[in-house]
Amino acid sequence: MPSQDEIYTKVSATLVEALNVDEDEIKPTSTLQGDLGAESIDFLDIVFRLEREFGIKIPRGELFPESIFQGDPEFVQNGKVTDKGLAELRARMPFADLSKFEANPDLSAISDLFTVEMITRYIEGKLGEPSNN
Amino acid sequence: MRWIWIDRFLEFQPGRSARAVKNLSLAEDYFADHFPGFPVMPAALILEGLAQTGGILVGEANDFREKVVLAKIPSARFHREALAGEQLVYEVELVHLRPEGAAVKGRALAGDDLLAEAEIFFAHLDQARSQQLFGDQNFVFSGELKHMLGLAKVLADRTDGKSTNGP
Repeated sequence: MPSQDEIYTKVSATLVEALNVDEDEIKPTSTLQGDLGAESIDFLDIVFRLEREFGIKIPRGELFPESIFQGDPEFVQNGKVTDKGLAELRARMPFADLSKFEANPDLSAISDLFTVEMITRYIEGKLGEPSNN
Repeated sequence: MRWIWIDRFLEFQPGRSARAVKNLSLAEDYFADHFPGFPVMPAALILEGLAQTGGILVGEANDFREKVVLAKIPSARFHREALAGEQLVYEVELVHLRPEGAAVKGRALAGDDLLAEAEIFFAHLDQARSQQLFGDQNFVFSGELKHMLGLAKVLADRTDGKSTNGP
């Protein structure tokens, strides 16, 4: 199994191709949309490239969940994600670092969860699954 | 105006690859302006030809049920101009196909010359949403584009009586 550094390097190279950004623009904490300018269609492109690069299958909605809360008032109230919503996020995206988001769970900041290191952690977990060895 | 930028298919392997031909006639309107005295096909139209070849390949893979729309061209390279009088061959291979969309790799050739290569990305318009917006009819494959495949078959049957293999 490749090391975390090796995975990160490959993830960066994938993002360079998919988003047409320079490698030095990419940092572990870079957000895909805010920092790297990804648009919705780019997420599918990234998924395709990761699958090819790492030889894994990424089921729909697993890495980039599409509409987690679907307007459910139990999950979101007044534009803030509720405790129940946060629990749902943790369950759906165990590979995401929620610490910053939990401090101020503004729904509009949810796209900031999608970072380069989030993808790296996801891939790491995926490669560790028995079915992918 | 008829928005068809391929003349016919030379080869069609469902779910895998397709080859189509496009003859460039000096009578095509755009040559008058692009450019006076130097008639070359606009590069964007080469991409359109590749995208139509690829789009039909992607659409056929799901029996034309999905609304296949060009979503993104992650990379395109142009090596030389396509000149009036040339015959272009578009070669496209299906790289990825998923419920949400598909990716193809394409090349445009004139004889042995590589003119252009591109990666093209298609999205399947979300069924529920596109039905609200556009109704049940598949506006992408409503007629002309889908017709291209049938035409290829008829022509192939008349030339060699077997498959849609090229000349």
